[in-house]
Amino acid sequence: MFQYIVRRILIALPVLFGVTIFSFLIVNMAPGNPVEMQINPDATAADIALKKEALGLNDPLYVQYVRWLSGILHGNFGFSFSTHQAVTGMISDRIGPTLLLMGTAIIIAYLIAIPIGILSATRQYSWMDYLSTSFSFLGISIPHFFLGLGAIYVFSIVFQIFPTGGMNTLGGTGGFADTFNHLILPALVLGTGIAGSMVRYVRSSVLEILGQDYLRTARSKGLKEFFVINKHALRNALIPIITVIGMDIPLLIGGAVVTEQIFQWPGLGQLTIQSIGSRDYPTLMAMNLMAAVAVLLSNLITDVLYSVADPRIKYN
Amino acid sequence: MSMANVKLDDQAVSFEQQIPLAPIEELGEEESYLRVITKRFFKHKLAVLGLIVFTLILLMAILAPLLAPRSPYAITDQFSAAPSSKYMLGTDQVGRDLFSRLIYGSRVSLSVGIGAVAIYVAIGTILGAIAGYFGKWVDMIIMRITDVFMSFPYLMVILVLVSIMGPSLFNIIVVLGLLGWPGIARIVRGSVLSIKQMDYIKAGVALGYSAPRLVFQHILPNCLGPILVNATFGIAAAIITEASLSFLGMGVQPPTASWGNMLKDAQSLSVLASQPWLWVPPGIMILLSVLSINFMGDGLRDAMDPKSLR
Repeated sequence: MFQYIVRRILIALPVLFGVTIFSFLIVNMAPGNPVEMQINPDATAADIALKKEALGLNDPLYVQYVRWLSGILHGNFGFSFSTHQAVTGMISDRIGPTLLLMGTAIIIAYLIAIPIGILSATRQYSWMDYLSTSFSFLGISIPHFFLGLGAIYVFSIVFQIFPTGGMNTLGGTGGFADTFNHLILPALVLGTGIAGSMVRYVRSSVLEILGQDYLRTARSKGLKEFFVINKHALRNALIPIITVIGMDIPLLIGGAVVTEQIFQWPGLGQLTIQSIGSRDYPTLMAMNLMAAVAVLLSNLITDVLYSVADPRIKYN
Repeated sequence: MSMANVKLDDQAVSFEQQIPLAPIEELGEEESYLRVITKRFFKHKLAVLGLIVFTLILLMAILAPLLAPRSPYAITDQFSAAPSSKYMLGTDQVGRDLFSRLIYGSRVSLSVGIGAVAIYVAIGTILGAIAGYFGKWVDMIIMRITDVFMSFPYLMVILVLVSIMGPSLFNIIVVLGLLGWPGIARIVRGSVLSIKQMDYIKAGVALGYSAPRLVFQHILPNCLGPILVNATFGIAAAIITEASLSFLGMGVQPPTASWGNMLKDAQSLSVLASQPWLWVPPGIMILLSVLSINFMGDGLRDAMDPKSLR
């Protein structure tokens, strides 16, 4: 087990290295550089060249890469092209709302997907199964932005139950209840999209368990169907579902970009769109790099969790 | 090659036993496998529905100049007009006919879907086949590169690359094509690894066939199923990605009509609230096309899955 974790980390390291190289190349490929972005329009060509030299922009690419990488290891992601603030600070301001939104969305997705998936598997080929299959396909196929716009139209404009966007009421005192009220719609939109693919996993995972011998044993000893499903089948069926969340993290991040933009949720997704508008590549690549690390970490954690949850799995 | 046929026939017969009513003696050579899959596909009601809707959308894209009442760029005498007998779906804020733009939008969605997937299926198949066939350090390197590409959140990297290269239809297809291959590469690698162990491939090696001949003529044809299923879902995903990019303003640029950029106007609350004809029809078109392709993919997967008993 310990050996397995160590080996997984050792495999992840070159991937992480590749991720940094790829990120660095993209930042370098981007038009514009810190100097042209910061300097005022009256600066002469000589001024710009001087400043470029001072910032080390004329050094060979690999020297710049090493400098950039050592900066990152010290927590310095450079400075934003647009606000001139440290990128690290800009990101840490935004990370809380995004984690709140994503966490709530994941909980909602599980709350929707697990019961529907079980019902659909235990009543295979019934109308319930077809309904849940249709729901899951709708969830996969509907673009987040269309679902989001529809949700705002119905719940905020027609029925006026929830606010149209933001995280707190402008000029209000804020507080948990206010944030929660703002959180529901975007989290529902993000969660429903993920629930769509999750339902399919839960269904197929439960279906596989239902065919197992030990369930026949449980039934033959006269156990009530309710306990057969919810005690014997469900526990084992839920194990593969752990990995689903690991696979869905990149999807979740992409979904969050669109959802945050629609609901004006002040998180990393909205920062992404703003940075793209202002061509702020250092900020963008810092976020991409962090997201990639988050994906790598979550894959590692799900694999480890999976082996803890299912002792039958042996890694060698 | 004869061994490959035997394998296919075995599968075909086992499929046949699961489907009553079809006479076994009618099964021919390789063609029969295809026929069994087609038969199974057409039993999947949602997949057939998907195929019909997708065909209609495809026809709409091809016949756009004939179907559209006016040019998608022409500015009419009214702007932001509600649907009327003259303008079936109303006009947009610039005054262009929305119905015509909706029809032309299908061209963008389908060309992104099909173009991007064609590029990345080619890249992914070749890389996956090389990794799976040669194994060892070649496999190690290709798979680590695949991991690197899979670690980045897809939509965010695409946003950055498209903004660097400049948003246009061509660039979107290229970026989606260059970034989409890891999934296919993994699938092809897995299939090649298992097929490589089969006796007929060992026979091919013993006969001294070259690696490209073995890979392209004897191994890859047997991986077509999973590639096709993955590509089908990939087209749907690419259509959603293009729509999202265009919606965020980083996709196909006006005046070219794309379903995603038609929805962009609805980011303003007044449009969202009072002019639903601007954003509901393109949204429904995206949903319909993506849904129909996903249903087709599901039908294909069921039809090709030897374990599926439907």
